[in-house]
Amino acid sequence: MTATTLEDADRRKAWGFAAPALLWTLAFFVVPFLFMAAMSLWKREGREIVRVWNLDNYVRFFSENALLQGLVNSLEITVIVTVLSVLLAYPLAWIIAERVPKRFQRMALILAILPFWTSYVVRSYSWLLVLSKNGVINQMLTGVGLIAEPLEIASTRTATVIGFVHFFVMLLTLTIYSNLIQLSPNYRRAAADLGANAFQTFWHVILPLTLPGIMTGAFLTFVLCIGDYVTPQILGGNNELVLPQIIMLQLGRRADFPMAAALSIILMLAVTIAYVACARWLKIERA
Amino acid sequence: MLRRVFVSGLSWAYLALVYAFIFLPVAVLVLFSFQDGRLPVPPFNGFSTQWYEAVFADRKLMAALGNSMLVAISSSVVSCVLGFLAAYSLARYKLPGSALQRGLLIAPMTVSYLIIALGLLSLLNALHMPLSLLTVGIGHVVINLPLCFAIIYASMGDHQINIERAARDLGANDFKVMALVTAPMLMPSILAAFFLSVTFSWDEFIIAFLLSRFDVTLPVEIWSMLRSGLNPKTNAIGSLVFLASVALLLILEFSLFGRTKKQ
Repeated sequence: MTATTLEDADRRKAWGFAAPALLWTLAFFVVPFLFMAAMSLWKREGREIVRVWNLDNYVRFFSENALLQGLVNSLEITVIVTVLSVLLAYPLAWIIAERVPKRFQRMALILAILPFWTSYVVRSYSWLLVLSKNGVINQMLTGVGLIAEPLEIASTRTATVIGFVHFFVMLLTLTIYSNLIQLSPNYRRAAADLGANAFQTFWHVILPLTLPGIMTGAFLTFVLCIGDYVTPQILGGNNELVLPQIIMLQLGRRADFPMAAALSIILMLAVTIAYVACARWLKIERA
Repeated sequence: MLRRVFVSGLSWAYLALVYAFIFLPVAVLVLFSFQDGRLPVPPFNGFSTQWYEAVFADRKLMAALGNSMLVAISSSVVSCVLGFLAAYSLARYKLPGSALQRGLLIAPMTVSYLIIALGLLSLLNALHMPLSLLTVGIGHVVINLPLCFAIIYASMGDHQINIERAARDLGANDFKVMALVTAPMLMPSILAAFFLSVTFSWDEFIIAFLLSRFDVTLPVEIWSMLRSGLNPKTNAIGSLVFLASVALLLILEFSLFGRTKKQ
């Protein structure tokens, strides 16, 4: 008898300790999210939000080219950024892990991710200093006479991609590096014993073993990139709007919350699909 | 031999190139914050600290700085306390549905900040609740709580259970055990969680932008400065924020993580 009452007391205590965090998440994350999902099925009429259940917002998304194009732009930019970042970050992580002497590795890594700590808004702004019409690159190129007219890089998709790649190379270097140094040197020795050359060892042994690190970083890149408003807004300007920019436009002068909610749900579905696609490798990492 | 020299030369060249790419915007940012002139682009006209003086003389910017600190520290304290209590409960007691609870606590990590902000904004609007620094803080706890919970939960190993049992046998209640035994043992990861969530909250833009009204945080104030185009004053405040973050990072590296490595 005493045992059960003790258990009950323990259970109550345990719930008590977990309750604040659970309630916070329920009240300020789950409930708002469900509310938003419900709102995506309402619609705006004039300045009023009418609570009539309908699929108008979703139908409009697929029939209005400007809206659908936002998702296409988002996906294109995100895929380009993810691929470029992996391609740039992998050799960097590999060189730090393999070529840089052990005692300088931590230093090299900290250096590689130092600009990570500039303010997010400021980081995009500082690329504007480099890429704008009278910015560093254009002045350098015209200065040495390589081009006559300044290049229009700012306010284009290229600028958005550069800004994103800069940020995510740092992130991916971190995830791939930490994967690389966990590999036992025995794998390499075994491959060499079996007659593999350096390239074969890399392609058949090292690369597959670092796939979890790549996929973790790539998934993070995908999620953060597709949901970002700041970088495309500052660097890409108003050409080729991405989905988050279109969502923010709905909130602005149009005050169309139901449409913004529907677009957010669509954005989340894109992320979920990416998660399902990566889940296999993400799981290996956790085990 | 020649091939090895070639490969290693190529490696170092690549390293230098990528580092140049990574540091280029930061270097330009800091260099032209000292620009003696109205445009933060080449040519560099000469060294001046006038823009830093302008930053410190800017009341709105300084108020935003204070707001950011307030929101970052208070939301991180709340995140750490709630995260610690939940981690203690889930790691030490076998509750039914604990996997579900863990999933729920981690869930906000997988959702874009924009969507979290939009959900909160629509609900607050529907309830006619006014936006303020408090609502920004609430949003920041939502994004930082999963982080704090995950970090602290991961560091709660079984080897600490015996020490906690010993404390309990000696008559300590749960709160005493947590405050005097568990928390001190986990201090490195609690501090890591705290500082990480301070940096996230400090730098967070979209939630702070959508959930604030009159009092704004620093990233939101910087955002409104961007409307005036390229301006060395923006360089100056950006450089200051960078310097502060790097200082914090170095302190962490040499105190906290340096200590855990030795243990």
